[in-house]
Amino acid sequence: MTRTTRTTEPHETVERALELSRADGCVVIADEESSANLRWAGNALTTNGETRGRTLTVIATVGGREGTASGVVSRAAVTADDLEPLVRAAEAAARESGPAQDARPLVEGVPHSADFAEPPAETSSDVFAAFAPALGESFARARAGGRQLYGFANHTLTSTYLGTSTGLRLRHDQPTGTLELNAKSPDRTKSAWAGRSTRDFTDVDPAELDAELAQRLAWAERTVELPAGRYETLLPPSAVADLLVYMFWSASGRDAHEGRTVFSKPGGGTRVGEKLAGLPLTLRSDPAEPGLESAPFVVAHASTDDWSVFDNGLPVGPTDWVREGTLQHLLTSRFTGDLTGLPVTPEADNLVLDGGGTKSLDEMVAGLGHDGPGLLLTCLWYIREVDPATLLLTGLTRDGVYLVEKGEVTGAVNNFRFNESPVDLLGRAAEAGATERTLPREWGDWFTRAAMPPVRVPDFNMSSVSQGV
Amino acid sequence: MSKSVHSLDDGFLALPLSALADAALARARALGAEHADFRLERVRSAALRLKDAKLAGSTDTTDLGYAVRVVHGGAWGFAAGVDLTMDAAARVAARAVAMAKLSARVIAAAGADERVELAPEPVHAEKTWISAYEVNPFDVPDADKTGLLTEWSERLLAAPGISHVDASLLAVQENKFYADTAGTSTTQQRVRMHPELTAVTVTDSGDFDSMRTLAPPAGRGWEYATGTGWDWDEELARIPGWLAEKLAAPSVEAGSYDLVVDPSNLWLTIHESVGHATELDRALGYEAAYAGTSFATFDQLGTLRYGSGLMNVTGDRTAEHGLASIGYDDEGVQAQSWDLVREGVLVGYQTDRRIAKLTGFDRSNGCAYADSPAHVPVQRMANVSLQPAPEGPTTEELIGEVERGIYVVGDRSWSIDMQRYNFQFTAQRFFRIENGRLAGQLKDVAYQATTTDFWGSMSAIGGPETYVLGGTFSCGKAQPGQSASVSHGCPSALFRNVNILNTTQEAGR
Repeated sequence: MTRTTRTTEPHETVERALELSRADGCVVIADEESSANLRWAGNALTTNGETRGRTLTVIATVGGREGTASGVVSRAAVTADDLEPLVRAAEAAARESGPAQDARPLVEGVPHSADFAEPPAETSSDVFAAFAPALGESFARARAGGRQLYGFANHTLTSTYLGTSTGLRLRHDQPTGTLELNAKSPDRTKSAWAGRSTRDFTDVDPAELDAELAQRLAWAERTVELPAGRYETLLPPSAVADLLVYMFWSASGRDAHEGRTVFSKPGGGTRVGEKLAGLPLTLRSDPAEPGLESAPFVVAHASTDDWSVFDNGLPVGPTDWVREGTLQHLLTSRFTGDLTGLPVTPEADNLVLDGGGTKSLDEMVAGLGHDGPGLLLTCLWYIREVDPATLLLTGLTRDGVYLVEKGEVTGAVNNFRFNESPVDLLGRAAEAGATERTLPREWGDWFTRAAMPPVRVPDFNMSSVSQGV
Repeated sequence: MSKSVHSLDDGFLALPLSALADAALARARALGAEHADFRLERVRSAALRLKDAKLAGSTDTTDLGYAVRVVHGGAWGFAAGVDLTMDAAARVAARAVAMAKLSARVIAAAGADERVELAPEPVHAEKTWISAYEVNPFDVPDADKTGLLTEWSERLLAAPGISHVDASLLAVQENKFYADTAGTSTTQQRVRMHPELTAVTVTDSGDFDSMRTLAPPAGRGWEYATGTGWDWDEELARIPGWLAEKLAAPSVEAGSYDLVVDPSNLWLTIHESVGHATELDRALGYEAAYAGTSFATFDQLGTLRYGSGLMNVTGDRTAEHGLASIGYDDEGVQAQSWDLVREGVLVGYQTDRRIAKLTGFDRSNGCAYADSPAHVPVQRMANVSLQPAPEGPTTEELIGEVERGIYVVGDRSWSIDMQRYNFQFTAQRFFRIENGRLAGQLKDVAYQATTTDFWGSMSAIGGPETYVLGGTFSCGKAQPGQSASVSHGCPSALFRNVNILNTTQEAGR
């Protein structure tokens, strides 16, 4: 990460836009984004890129007889000359809109960020200075070892400056890094995957991941065909994360209150307070979670079911969504909190599941497959909602389903299509291991900051066999 | 090709398009690039959301920036920037060359010798293209858009049994300028729209279900919301009755059924099982770690039995109102139309210039697309469409051929594996067919099949009057992730003996 200087600093742009505002209220969000990425296939780099982006979002609020309206206009590549037209466009949009149902007074009284007037942080391809040559060496090693490597490394750094007409001046720098490594046999009949989430690429080593994948391809030397059915299954942290991230996204307080989600109580109200898990599982978010840090205040570029542009700058604290097995909170803005009677709990951009377990994945494998075949999954893919009433999800296993017999991995089996609900899985989980940082493979484009334990389920529903590898 | 009466947006043309391109391409050339292209885009996207006829959120976002892509020393380099000065454009070109050099070092460390080369394309100098639409949605006041969605929502809310109504409107205007070192330069403008409403019923006992409009996203303007290309009044009038019938419907008995699949559902099955499977970059493994590969491997071109002899599928980027229609792609290749599956046999793929050259094709068929100025063009889907039978039956006649089956209408959930074999789809409405007639709705239904089995079971295909151009605003591919809009035309079709699941049983209830 380096600091740069530029003619107009983002904080100056924010101040100038606020000065130009003639609306009753104004929120200005300046996002400065830089990224660098490398992509590879068949032991060779394919595409790459280094990008810079700048977006300014102006939210104007205008009071009227029937309520307060909001207008939201975002533009990239804004220059000094574009500022006034942008502010006027937001004001015009507010005047043309009807009253916003989520209107609330803009947030006040949050202490300024000490680095608000500092230049944005930037990333560049320099972030791969050590990683890129190591990756090249991994390609050479993989080729010699009869493996083909595919994958992607991405680093993005977003500096967000948020100012409001009520005096807020907040800033957050968000680094997001992901590494995905996929190894295949040359005929592509065997495939293994490993992923990491990182803030700066200093803590990821392609050689270590490649060694892990070489072991998994070796496990797949023996292959066994298994039919569809319910199996004792060990879900690794990435698979647990993908299922629970979807559940988290489905935890809208408003929708639950309206009777239209798995968290609705039949006859009215929500399931908050209900026991969901037999194990003492706690699902939580915390902007200050070490290694998974995220914005400690609301940054809303648009109002959605669970976000309101009027809440911009509202502090985001730690929240237990499920505490020791009991549903504790659903996602709310100030508006939907009032609407539903639920406390205001905006979401943080991370998710942690704690089960109090201490066993590693390997130690949990040792406890698997003692009453018939057990399955160790690698990750899940193409997860989609089948039934919102039960939150039934379908999807595929991918890049390695391993047969575990009497605590030992004895081979690889075919992939499956599953049909399962993460809410039901919480209830049926028989054991959770030690929580570790993980990359949710399916949702990694949108959600990278997760820590999950491996979870053992006695009867995971493999609905049909997939020939796909 | 285009019937549009519009001219290119003055604000876009006022940007220093050629000056930035000249600065960037000159720098890339001076630094030794074998090929360089410059692409400047302005993409304006508006979204309106209403809940229960009240405005719940709106955005109006304009993305503006440019990118330089080079082939240097046999390796790709790509960089993107936002500062609209010639110095900055030249610096972005230099950064792209630096990325190519970084790539070359990794390639050398790996001991590899593959070089990037591009299939040739005729030079298209100073070409323009505008999609076919009547009224630019950005010329319509927001108050009119909110007003129409409010009125539609209120109509649904007033119907018996409707508890909630979600409404949304997405509108996009995309302007692209492209220039490359071969001399091609194109300036283009596209407009697309997607209005959508969902009605929800929550019963006193706590059951709930929803039903959504089937109007597909389309490469049309505001006229699409006011009656051109879709009958909104008819659809909104019928949704409450359909939803009430669905809530009261019996749960399906799992097993094997004949399916008549309506175009409103079949477009998505085509998208997943044919569209993605015939992307040649996927088939070769370039998406292997992410979107996946394809069972339709390149060695099977001309021999793979994809489906029954009735199956004819084209790829094209020229269909009027198609979401993937364009004049020239993001590598300067002119839009084309070609066969992917002919009489049930795989006969073609979708390509970009690099993949075409790599596999021995004379020319790319023009499928390169980048969803933003900050993203590198990748091979993205053309409008992949199933052709109707010229003298084929109506949907009613197809239903008439079924003794015990299900008529499947409207897409809902979808999932397919990474080689495009195993899929599972649900729908907005499933109607039981008994002795050639519809016999009420069923609920808790999903169909699950393997791609070649499914298309092999297609025993009849509807005529041109059943043909509808469906599609999606957002199809994901590539890393960093990119979203593309694409249309799929298809008729109704009859499939024999397809596996039907009961989703309540799947949930273990």
